[in-house]
Amino acid sequence: MSADGGTRVIWDSDDVNRALKRIAHQVLESNRGADDLVLLGIRTRGIPLAHRLGAFVSDAEGIEVPVGELDITMYRDDLRRNPTRAVGPTRIPVDLTGKTVVLVDDVLFSGRTIAAAMDALKDLGRPRVVRLAVLIDRGHRELPIQADHVGKDLPTSSAEHVRVAVAEIDGEDLVTLSQTKES
Amino acid sequence: MSLVVTGATLADGSALDFAVVDGRLAEVSDADDSAERVDASGLVALPGLVDLHTHLREPGKEDAETVASGTLAAARGGYTAVFAMPNLDPATDTAEAAQYVADLGRRDGHCEVVPIGAVTKGRAGAELAELGLMAEQGVRVFSDDGACVHDSLIMRRALTYLKTYDGMVAQHAQDPRLAGPSACCHESDISGRLGLPAWPSVAESVIIARDVQLAEFTGGRYHACHISTAESVDVIRWAKKRGKADITAEVTPHHLLLDTPHVESFDTTFKVNPPLRTSEHIEAIREALVDGTIDIVGTDHAPHTQEDKDHPFDVASPGMLGLEAALAVVMELFVNTGRMDWATVVDRMSAAPARIGRLPHQGRPLAVGEPANLVLVDPSRRATVDRSTSASKSRNNPYHGLDLPDPVEMTVWAGRVTYRR
Amino acid sequence: MHHLLSAADLSLDEARSILDVAEEMHEVQRRPIKKLPALRGRTIINMFFEDSTRTRTSFEIAGKWMSADTINVSGKGSSVSKGESLRDTMLTLDAMGVDCFVIRHASSGAVAQAAGWVRASVVNAGDGQHEHPTQALLDAYTMRQHFRDQGLSDAYEGKRIAIVGDLLHSRVVRSNVLLQATLGGQITLVAPPTLLPTGVETWGVRVTQDLDAAIAEADIVMMLRVQRERMTGGFFPTAREYATEYGLTAERVGLLKPTAAIMHPGPMNRGVEISSEAADAAASRVLDQVSAGVAVRMSVLYHLLGGEGAA
Repeated sequence: MSADGGTRVIWDSDDVNRALKRIAHQVLESNRGADDLVLLGIRTRGIPLAHRLGAFVSDAEGIEVPVGELDITMYRDDLRRNPTRAVGPTRIPVDLTGKTVVLVDDVLFSGRTIAAAMDALKDLGRPRVVRLAVLIDRGHRELPIQADHVGKDLPTSSAEHVRVAVAEIDGEDLVTLSQTKES
Repeated sequence: MSLVVTGATLADGSALDFAVVDGRLAEVSDADDSAERVDASGLVALPGLVDLHTHLREPGKEDAETVASGTLAAARGGYTAVFAMPNLDPATDTAEAAQYVADLGRRDGHCEVVPIGAVTKGRAGAELAELGLMAEQGVRVFSDDGACVHDSLIMRRALTYLKTYDGMVAQHAQDPRLAGPSACCHESDISGRLGLPAWPSVAESVIIARDVQLAEFTGGRYHACHISTAESVDVIRWAKKRGKADITAEVTPHHLLLDTPHVESFDTTFKVNPPLRTSEHIEAIREALVDGTIDIVGTDHAPHTQEDKDHPFDVASPGMLGLEAALAVVMELFVNTGRMDWATVVDRMSAAPARIGRLPHQGRPLAVGEPANLVLVDPSRRATVDRSTSASKSRNNPYHGLDLPDPVEMTVWAGRVTYRR
Repeated sequence: MHHLLSAADLSLDEARSILDVAEEMHEVQRRPIKKLPALRGRTIINMFFEDSTRTRTSFEIAGKWMSADTINVSGKGSSVSKGESLRDTMLTLDAMGVDCFVIRHASSGAVAQAAGWVRASVVNAGDGQHEHPTQALLDAYTMRQHFRDQGLSDAYEGKRIAIVGDLLHSRVVRSNVLLQATLGGQITLVAPPTLLPTGVETWGVRVTQDLDAAIAEADIVMMLRVQRERMTGGFFPTAREYATEYGLTAERVGLLKPTAAIMHPGPMNRGVEISSEAADAAASRVLDQVSAGVAVRMSVLYHLLGGEGAA
């Protein structure tokens, strides 16, 4: 399944949705239902994934699960190492205190994004439990962080680049692995 | 010492080989064999320049300028006499203070230093200074420069009183209500945009309009310093046409060359009082200098330390250097453009200021038997102005970085070479 | 962006980015924990050579909520009053290694001069009668919120902004005119001729003395403070006459379009340029301006100090 030169397609749209559906059930199982459940997507591609995950959870349980959006730009530990970044909205749909918050992101890599997200979460309330759901775990952690729910464990070399495209932003669902980092 | 100068052209275009012997111009044959020979081929020989408007800062502010440094700058600019404005510390408002400035000039000067006396005590505008006692010491020019003699009655009295001594009031024309102490930018779209306290052109001309009528009314001698506006030119022209008053006027090199947009960066080098004006005013004063409505160029050489300039624009000290650049600016604007011949330059920068300042041995034509006050000028040489090379102790040089004529080859004052390149 | 000295320095993209990020910062203001770590380890000196409790407090809160260390230095009582040159004052503080100066000064141009002497970033918090760019940004922010609240398009194009009062001595009007030249709002200036800046006809805005007509067509009516000491300067005869001729009286509030807003940068002279009825009217967004001030300044500080190469 080679798209071109050094790029390999890992997953297509069906694969992505199958994985999200599976994660939805895992989330419900570990939370024993949808009570007090809040999904927070991490900008940028975690947000549509969180909304889809929320829809699967709602379908399964028949109740609306609140889904929010988290922008972690100002919490990044590499803020000073890049030109000033644009800041996106953070939307927290309900008071998080006492809730089970599931952070949703596309790729888990170094763990720094999740660490920043947890710092942000601290300023937003005091959830009872925080869990992490990711579509792809590609390894190479730099911090002691692991996901509770994983769509796919994808062994990679650090030189490889994992790209997750989602239909809401990129026009199609597609997970690819390329040999050299794209700029 | 003596000199033999050959090959020079005079202001009128004639040639003159001459010697300098015992402080006077002499025939070449009068020089002995030890005389230094100067080949002045291609150079123009002019009478030494006379500045009716110089700030030397000594006594009182010797870190900005001394008589020694200021007159060295004067010599480098081709000047053989400067009139020292009285805004010193103490102010030159007594005979003793005037004597002290004259003594400093004799001791340290690289040109003649003539004290200007204050019109009022402490230049405060309220009571007359000891005008007569200063006049007894030879002072003929009186000014509160930096401050305006704004009280009409004081101006009337000063003009009348000075008639006895052939004295003259040199007015810094600035209506203190229309242009107060913080006024620092020509009132224009630029002052409006920058929000700088505005200095309207009419704050100058309304004072001059009053003064020329007082001069006419009293018969006193009146001189308008640093004319900067078209309205002032109109008033002077009107008054001169009437011919009933003894009035003269002066313009500075910076007002002739530099315009208001220079202050847009808030560079306090360009803060000066009156402020740099806009093009319509600049053209009016250029025209007036050419046609003689304005009689002379006075430098208003105003050295300031960097500390006194490193303040907000409305607080920083006003003023800029001028002695070293004045001739270059006049050449650039008038000689090189064909608007003035050398004879007119000599009149505006040497003969007329000497006559107005009552300095009979300065501003004389170059001829055998005359005092040896002269400057040799290379009319074609140019250079980029570098403020760090100035003889002045200060660096508030508004011409820094400009490509201008660099004319002065040698200056001779009273037979002594005071500057040579 | 290294400095923010003039509203004219901002490109359309930069101005929009500051306003957009300010919206997120406004959200932070409503949280129980009002703190973002983005400027942790940054040091900001608020140098107020001229008193302004409102602006200084706004900048101080903005810096603290962004986790910067903020220090206040007032001109009075510092070495400034001892005659030290502005340059020496700035160089001394710059040598301590601070990242940003927020400067208010009574002299036009003083902040731009200071920026030329220091390594740190400089924000103009108001210089003389010249500029006050963060005020113009918070005004623009408040206007945009108001347009949205009224169900109008949130674009500035096509909106009429009347600015009324002492324009001659106002840094607020200069920055608003420059910023709206970029954002697209159409400005009408209203003032007695004695309080119009020289050259205002070159500003690309409309100028009128017909306050009633300007109010009737405006989407935003911004009233500027008129200081009572202007009376002794002969700019106008009495406060009573000014209030009648150029004030936003209760009657004139009745001329406003139903979707229009009343703004005022404060502090207000009730009974002079603005009546109590106008100041407290439903259309008044004066307190929203104050609230927006913190969010906009957080955004400005983030844009100057949040990234690589900053400070």
